[in-house]
Amino acid sequence: MKPTDILWTALGALRGNWLRSVLTALGVIIGIAAVIVMVSVGQGTQAELDRVIQNLGSNRIDIGSNFSRRGGVRGGAGSVFSLRSDDVDRLRESIPEIEFISGVVQGNAQLINAEQNWQTRWQGVEDDFFRINDWRLAEGEWIDEAAHAGARTQAMIGQTVREQLFGDLDPVGATIRVGRVPFTVSGVLAPKGQSNWGQDQDDVVFVPLETARRRLLGQVNLPPGTVMQIVVGVGRADDMEYAEARITEVLREGRRTAPGADDDFTVRNLSQIVSTRTQTTRLMSLLLGAVATISLIVGGIGIMNIMLVSVTERIREIGLRMAVGAGPRAIQQQFLAEAMLISLGGGLIGIVLGIGGSIAMGHFTTLPVQLNLQVIGLATAFSVATGLFFGFYPARKAARLDPIEALRHQG
Amino acid sequence: MSSRRPPVIGIQGLRKVYAEGTPAEVVALRGVDLQVAAGEFLAIMGPSGSGKSTMMNLLGCLDTPTAGSYRCDGVDVATLDASGRAQLRLEKIGFVFQGFHLLTRQTALENVMLPLGYAGIPVADRRERALAALGEVGLSDRARHRPSELSGGQQQRVAIARALINRPPILLADEPTGALDSRTGEEILALFKGLRDDGHTVVLITHDRHVAEHADRIVVMHDGELHPDGWTPEEVAA
Repeated sequence: MKPTDILWTALGALRGNWLRSVLTALGVIIGIAAVIVMVSVGQGTQAELDRVIQNLGSNRIDIGSNFSRRGGVRGGAGSVFSLRSDDVDRLRESIPEIEFISGVVQGNAQLINAEQNWQTRWQGVEDDFFRINDWRLAEGEWIDEAAHAGARTQAMIGQTVREQLFGDLDPVGATIRVGRVPFTVSGVLAPKGQSNWGQDQDDVVFVPLETARRRLLGQVNLPPGTVMQIVVGVGRADDMEYAEARITEVLREGRRTAPGADDDFTVRNLSQIVSTRTQTTRLMSLLLGAVATISLIVGGIGIMNIMLVSVTERIREIGLRMAVGAGPRAIQQQFLAEAMLISLGGGLIGIVLGIGGSIAMGHFTTLPVQLNLQVIGLATAFSVATGLFFGFYPARKAARLDPIEALRHQG
Repeated sequence: MSSRRPPVIGIQGLRKVYAEGTPAEVVALRGVDLQVAAGEFLAIMGPSGSGKSTMMNLLGCLDTPTAGSYRCDGVDVATLDASGRAQLRLEKIGFVFQGFHLLTRQTALENVMLPLGYAGIPVADRRERALAALGEVGLSDRARHRPSELSGGQQQRVAIARALINRPPILLADEPTGALDSRTGEEILALFKGLRDDGHTVVLITHDRHVAEHADRIVVMHDGELHPDGWTPEEVAA
């Protein structure tokens, strides 16, 4: 028999019992839908992870001040700033794996441009900071070396700040006030969008570190050379662990911290934090994967069961087909085709439901979702495989029937 | 040496034993010889238990003999496996059963077309050939009907059209009139005679002498042996 004949015969048999066929396919429908939702969520998570890491700077290590102990009173993290620009220099000199490094101070201030004003976050940074965090320039120029070295009042603004203060006007070269200090806008940064934590990363103004320390932090009484945070960019991803360990070593040496004593700083690898956060999502994916696997197995067994019933019900038909010249192969192919059509049909319905479910999931939950065509191909292959695997035994049983007994069968 | 065509059915020393070597052993055929010439209308007659069902299964290549040889239109059946026998049935044998054996969900036309699919005939030709076959049995106007919408006689005609569709040299009819009233039965038997006249070889298996008498030649089965007609068990005993 030609493949088209086999398909038409199988389709005809299934149509005759369409409700049963649909119910039989239910397990596969659920399984495939679960596979699609699972992969969509998994891929979405992966894509978001990549994006977040990209935004943070891919090989970024953050060094912060640890809480201090003073007479039993424990301040919160960063309540005392234990890092200095000396630490930045020492790290840069001692660890060749560090490609970029920048001290950071930050605060909040009211920005004013003519009649517009806007409350935002300012950060005093060094030139390397923009490389680590992968900031791009949209308009104007970067703050130059001289401005960093000379503590000049130049500023880079994010897109949100630009919109709030300037609207459609050209900000480059304009003068804004940060608090009471006038700054010249050197350039506008390309937008980065929301961070993983839902913070608007473009709602920020950057000024040279030394300028910030002298002019913006002036009223806060901090020792000279203080930085609130040190941000490090490591050249190669493979060196991350080593660099992290070396940073701790170098800082402890510089402080002459006694062995066993607590550090007054913390070293964090940000991409690790992000991946920890996404583990919840991974767990969700795993659960869906388990549901999918079990559904496919249960669905497959359902198909096998119904196919066995179908073979028994149609013994006389099988006998007749054999009498008019159908060989064992043709009979086997026919029943295999039926099993495969049930599971393929179930797979296709499952794909539609899975895509719908993924879209709904992206809409009603915070889980990131990303559909792709490979998943659909994979799901189709899975459903065909389920049909073939679980349809094989019933089909073989049909093919091995004795034509005489099949013809004589009553019922 | 004769210039005659070789027999379509050539059977020699055919034996069939069920459950051989067990206490339930049954000898169904005890060494049967039979030759059927092309274009002959033969009736195999016998009461139930005489071995005629076994004979029918063996003639139809549905079963294999325990011993002896069967040449079906020149092919030695003993050399064939299940697939080979299926192919032989497809090409050489058309079956007509007592219970019609039509697929109830399919139309008369689809039922007649069934063997053509297995024969690998192109779809375009199937409909035409099936309509022609339905015409031969006088059912051109019932092609779209399902078996439940047809009378018993019409259903059996559909079954005969299906048996003829691949132009097999042998038409094997197992009690073809058993489920029909006598007038309809006569019509079916007349149809067989017509087919014989067109050159088909027809083998009719029945327990009914009135039915068997429509054939050109009658052989009688009794207790696993085949005898010419006119023979009675009493003669043997005597």
